This record gives sequence, structure tokens and C-alpha cells, in this order.
Amino acid sequence: MDKTATKRDYSLLGRDAQAAVDSGLAAAEWYHTDIPRKQMKELMKREDGPAIRDTLIWLGSMVITGALGAYFWGSWWCVPFFLIYGVMYGSASDSRWHECGHGTAFKTRWMNDAVYQIACFMIMRNPVTWRWSHTRHHTDTVIVGRDPEIAVMRPPDLFRLVLNFFGLLDASYAMIDMVRNAAGIISAAEKTFIPEQEQPRVIRVARIWVLIYAATVAMAIYLGSLLPLMLIGLPRLYGAWHHVLTGLLQHGGLADNVIDHRLNSRSVYMNPFSRFVYWNMNYHVEHHMFPMVPYHALPQLHDMIKHDLPAPNKSMFEGYREMIPAFLWQLKNEDYFLKRELPPTAKPYREEFHAEPIAAE
Amino acid sequence: MSNWVEVCATGEIDEEDVIRFDHDGKTFAVYRSPDDRFFATDGLCTHEKVHLADGLVMDDIIECPKHNGRFSYMTGEAKGAPVCVDLKTYPVKVEDGSVFISLG
Repeated sequence: MDKTATKRDYSLLGRDAQAAVDSGLAAAEWYHTDIPRKQMKELMKREDGPAIRDTLIWLGSMVITGALGAYFWGSWWCVPFFLIYGVMYGSASDSRWHECGHGTAFKTRWMNDAVYQIACFMIMRNPVTWRWSHTRHHTDTVIVGRDPEIAVMRPPDLFRLVLNFFGLLDASYAMIDMVRNAAGIISAAEKTFIPEQEQPRVIRVARIWVLIYAATVAMAIYLGSLLPLMLIGLPRLYGAWHHVLTGLLQHGGLADNVIDHRLNSRSVYMNPFSRFVYWNMNYHVEHHMFPMVPYHALPQLHDMIKHDLPAPNKSMFEGYREMIPAFLWQLKNEDYFLKRELPPTAKPYREEFHAEPIAAE
Repeated sequence: MSNWVEVCATGEIDEEDVIRFDHDGKTFAVYRSPDDRFFATDGLCTHEKVHLADGLVMDDIIECPKHNGRFSYMTGEAKGAPVCVDLKTYPVKVEDGSVFISLG
């Protein structure tokens, strides 16, 4: 513990970005558990049924709870309905954005695209920008200077984490980015992962969204009521808590700059409600190792390869119980991380690629 | 003059599937469509050089296993983000129960 911690530079244009390219960490070949081709094909197979069912429940519950919330607006009876509406809007949209972005949720392409656009609007992520950013996240998962989606940078900014349970910072930045993009400006960092021919689409979508939000605000002013914003926009704040609660567990407190998802990603057993909202992304090691496998097949994939993976956390509570102390250690020494132990049946880590100065025992 | 190279027996590729074929320092992907025709393309995705033979064949589409980029394996056309550059395709023929690709 007496070694000086390495200061990380998370800028996509900074020192560590170049170092990752120079060292071969960028666009590297990652570890995969062996699965026979026949079984893999079965797992990758696309279906419409599960996602149509889940989308009907998702949007249907929003229509019902949104209508009841509006009906009871002005009394405390609206609170439980907006609590559910908020989670469906501000958290379930995160997993729908994610899965439909991969194109794996539905077999039918237009259904994927339609749900992707709706979910992107709710979670306030430009559908073009975030498709490319997530592509990079899968190429260079938690590689410092390369991955634009590292939720908890080291040393962790715990105040920022708490604010994001209410979407405060994320939504503010999203609004600033939307207005900037609508003004026709693509940032230097965005240019590092969005191809030039895609950039006009970023601007077009941002302009459409500005019009929708302007109309919602105008309606709220006209009615003299917050209600339109309770239905569009604000749920991204008051309903964000669940996607942050589950999302932090994905990589929080684990290794960075490694090329084995078993070291930098976390699978966690969760209750059925959270798995519905999160669309099974609690099987996160499995998802990163095989992003072609649809969300509904992830439990099956988990059963098939768990012999080769670290044991999943048994609950969100257990995950947080190991992750929060790791964040606190990282405040003192940002090289600290939790090293996931492999079962005896697993293929070992290739330590030569993953040597880190300080790991939890 | 065509340089036909034998890839495998037809039965070695399942319907609606793909195999990897390496030859002379290059890698190719050889496909069998649902209607029992054979096709060949470069073996690596034009986005980030991932082997397409690990991907998923659906009708006339090959989907890359890393980022789900989609190509028509019949024409090589890139079908949208994150793939923007078309795949190179190669002529294929079947003779005496074997698949051959033409490497120019």
C-alpha cells in the first residue's frame, strides 16, 4: 500500500487514451469462455415474443400509472403512481435503450429501432451518439481514456454518485449536450467515436428533442401546472434511482485496464422486479462476453458458463457491501480494486495482461 | 483467370450458418443461406476486425459478434451503424459436393 497511486486521465483525448493505444489495450482481443457453436447459435437466436410482452407491460404500465397520477394530481394519492411511472420512464428506459441498441431485443428490426428511439428520448441519450459511445464501451470496457461510459471514475466522486440517483447531473449534462448538438456543434470528444457521416443525424435528433421539450414547457406554462413535466422530462430525475442502483454494480470497484470481463464486470442475482426493469443486465459479465445473446437468454447463458466465471453476488445488497468500501479505499488510493476470485473449474486470468499494483484479497 | 480454392464439403456448413476459412494468410467467411445457396466474404468485420464466423446468420444477414454490426453476406452491403464500410464478397461454386471460392 506504500506505492504512489497512478493518477488516471479519463479524457478521450488525453494521456491515458494514447497510452492505451500504445500498449495494445485499445481494441484488444478479450477473453471468452468456450461455448460450442451449436449452443451459441441457440443462445443468439432472436425472438419477438419476450420483448413484445415486456414492452406491452412496460408502456402499458406507464399509460395506466401516468393517467392515474394525472387524475390524482394535487393530492398525495398521485405519489405511488408517479413512483412507478418514474421508474418505468427514468430507469426501464435505460435497459431498453441498451438492449435495443445492440439490436438483440426483438427479431424484427423496426421494433428494435422504434423502442430504441422511444427509450433514448426518455433516458435523454442521443440515439446516434450513444450507439457509438456504447460500441466503444464494448470494444474498450473500462479502459481508461478509451471507454466513454465509465460510471465511477477513480478516485470516486461520491457526491456526484448520490446526485445521479436523482438524475441531477446526468440530465443536466444531457440537456446541455442536446442544446449544443441542436446548435450544430459536435464536441471534439464526440468526434473521436462518431463517424463523420453520422454526425448530421446527431444534430437532427437533438433538434427534434428540443422542439418536444419546448412544447412540454409551453404546455406547463399555459396550464400553470407542473403536470406536463411530471409526464415528460422530470421522470428522468425522480425515476432515475433504479437504473443508477443497478448500473453502478456493473463495473463499480472492479479492475480497470484489463482485457477479461471476469475481472472488470459484475454479475448479481436480483429480484424479479429489478430484473424486469433492468432486462437481465444483472448478468453483466455474460452480456459483455457475448453481447449477441438477447436479454431473455442471459439466465441460460449464465447457467452454461458459470463454471468459468467468478461467483455472482447473491444480491444487490451483497454487491453494495463490497463495492462501497472499495470506493472508500479508492479515495485513499485510486489503484485499489476488488479482484474477483475464480472457481477452481475456471480458466485462469492471464496475469501478464492484468497486473495491478493493489488488489483486495 | 479464376483461382478456385476448395473450402469444405457442403455438409460442413449448416443451413443459415457460417464458417471461417483461412487461406494464404487471409481469413474468409463462407455462408450457407436458408435456401441452400453458398456465399463468401472477407472474414473480418470492416468495423473492428472481428471474425464474422463467430456471428449470427439471419436470412441474408450476418451480424458481427462484437458490436452487432450487420451486413448482407450476399452483396457485402453494410446495413447500418456501427458498420459503415461494405464487406468484400467472392464468387462461390459447388462442385461434387464441395464448396469453392474464387480468389481472383
